[in-house]
Amino acid sequence: MTNSPARIAIASGKGGTGKTTLATNLAAYIAEQEEVVLVDLDVEEPNSGLFFKGDLIHEESNFKMIPQWDEPKCTFCGLCQKVCNFHAVLQLGPTILVFPELCHSCYACSELCPTDALPMISKRTGKLSDFRINNLHFVESRLDVGEEQAVPTISKTKQYSNENYAHLRIEIYDCPPGTSCPVIEATKNADFVILITEPTPFGLHDLTLAIETMRTLKKPMGVVVNRYGIGNDAVIDYCQKENITILAKIPNSRRIAELYSSGKLIYQEIPEVKELLSNILDYCLKASKGDIE
Amino acid sequence: MKEIVIISGKGGTGKTSITASFAVLGGNNAVVADCDVDAADMHLLMQPDFDFSEDFYSGELATIDANNCIRCNKCAKVCRFGAISIRSMQYVIDPLSCEGCGYCARVCPTEAITNKNRLAGKWYISNIKTGSIMVHARLGIGADNSGKLVAKVKNEARDIAFEERKDIILVDGSPGVGCPVVSSLSGANFVVLVTEPSVSGLHDLKRVYELVKKFKIKAGCIINKSDVNPKKRDEIVGFLAEENIVHLADLPYDENFTSAMTQGQTIVEYDQNSIKTLLTSSWERIKQLVINQNHNR
Ligand code: SF4
Ligand code: SF4
Ligand code: SF4
Ligand code: SF4
Repeated sequence: MTNSPARIAIASGKGGTGKTTLATNLAAYIAEQEEVVLVDLDVEEPNSGLFFKGDLIHEESNFKMIPQWDEPKCTFCGLCQKVCNFHAVLQLGPTILVFPELCHSCYACSELCPTDALPMISKRTGKLSDFRINNLHFVESRLDVGEEQAVPTISKTKQYSNENYAHLRIEIYDCPPGTSCPVIEATKNADFVILITEPTPFGLHDLTLAIETMRTLKKPMGVVVNRYGIGNDAVIDYCQKENITILAKIPNSRRIAELYSSGKLIYQEIPEVKELLSNILDYCLKASKGDIE
Repeated sequence: MKEIVIISGKGGTGKTSITASFAVLGGNNAVVADCDVDAADMHLLMQPDFDFSEDFYSGELATIDANNCIRCNKCAKVCRFGAISIRSMQYVIDPLSCEGCGYCARVCPTEAITNKNRLAGKWYISNIKTGSIMVHARLGIGADNSGKLVAKVKNEARDIAFEERKDIILVDGSPGVGCPVVSSLSGANFVVLVTEPSVSGLHDLKRVYELVKKFKIKAGCIINKSDVNPKKRDEIVGFLAEENIVHLADLPYDENFTSAMTQGQTIVEYDQNSIKTLLTSSWERIKQLVINQNHNR
């Protein structure tokens, strides 16, 4: 337990506040010193990979379990349709239909079927890829088009990283935006959560929701203010009032926007950002070990 | 009645600020639906009065009545989501892990488990500063399936537009390419794609446009911060031409967007600036395109 990596999750109340920028820059910065793994858990829109060109070292399909109808065994008792809370099984005349996208893999229909006519089988839901760029390991999963449920894939991707990179000191999660199920799944076993926001009314509003979410999960957290200098001080004031540490203020600059737009790492060009990353990292590592608070 | 949906694939492109500007330009003839329920921000620019609000329930949540529980462990054995555990000698269900599948209740020998409807958020009808009406919502923490809440917001907006005889429904669409954005797009007459010239911007634009194509909806595109990366901007313009998407406007990188926002204003209400002119002409163009569509049919 004590030797497992420090898991740092980077999240935000909504997309586009610089979450991926921070995740990729922080990971690349750490990789200058030691091996590190960056896990892109934004499985609906994985974007971190656009910033790295690495060697693909492993690829596998992600699966979920769904029931498959075994016609000869079925007595058409109708129980399966009745027990499925997600309307994923339907009895239509002399046929049982399964809708894989709606299935939550709860096994109820399969295990309650009196004649074992609905065995669970695995179905592909997407693809996991593991890349390596020198010291940086980069793991991402991508949902197949039409696949709705992000949560099982997020959990599977974390598990892959936990199993393969348990020997590292730091794991970084790039989380999906928002406050709904996928974020909860992505952050629930993190040791520390970095919330990134912008100092604007929208940023403040989304941050308050994100903080509320992380408090529900009882996670230690800190805030990074991106594009500091635009907007107003309401985000800073709010964090002070709520006693939440501001880990860094990344200055607003057109140069950063330009570097980002061409997929370049920012800290390599702007020394000030490198220093901020170092501060953020120090704090996160101390906090995940429980040395703070 | 015409439905115009503004989407962007991913957040942070200025989609909501642009939708809010169109709402102001559309005035009291445009009913607004904020379908970005995961990060609903548009109300911050619209001075809503939260005239009506209602809880939104979706899915189920299991709870154990300790008085009826004989601690047989059957429920914990069947739960595939690790939601049931023993805490101080009692079987309890963690609401954040429970998927509401109902399996545990079916195997409990003493009927100690009940399934309740899960509170998934709240939705509102507000009078807004444009003299029109806005339907908006807030998704609860850890809620699943925002697609259903999106559909709710949209249907309410349609009903209001119909009753009040408004010509336009303006929809601030959900991000991503999943169920919520599908709900945002269904039944739309025109889609405005908001993007920015970056590696991820173009990538997200292409992904979300795949979806728009499936719905066969006519689309236009606004490139925000277009001068930040001229090369990527040209690539986007190329993509628009290929796909027959109307290139509505190039907006320059402009911090007036934020300055306006800090005052609770849209950029078209704010002091004179170049973006105001560009958005006003984009809006006129969109209206034309939407009306022409009628003639073509
Ligand atoms: S529960 Fe089993 S036997 Fe009954 S209808 Fe469904 S598949 Fe057929
Ligand atoms: S496994 Fe559960 S969710 Fe899937 S079809 Fe069966 S009952 Fe429905
Ligand atoms: S309803 Fe399903 S997910 Fe929830 S506790 Fe019961 S078995 Fe587990
Ligand atoms: S199945 Fe029912 S009686 Fe058995 S432990 Fe669960 S709640 Fe208690």
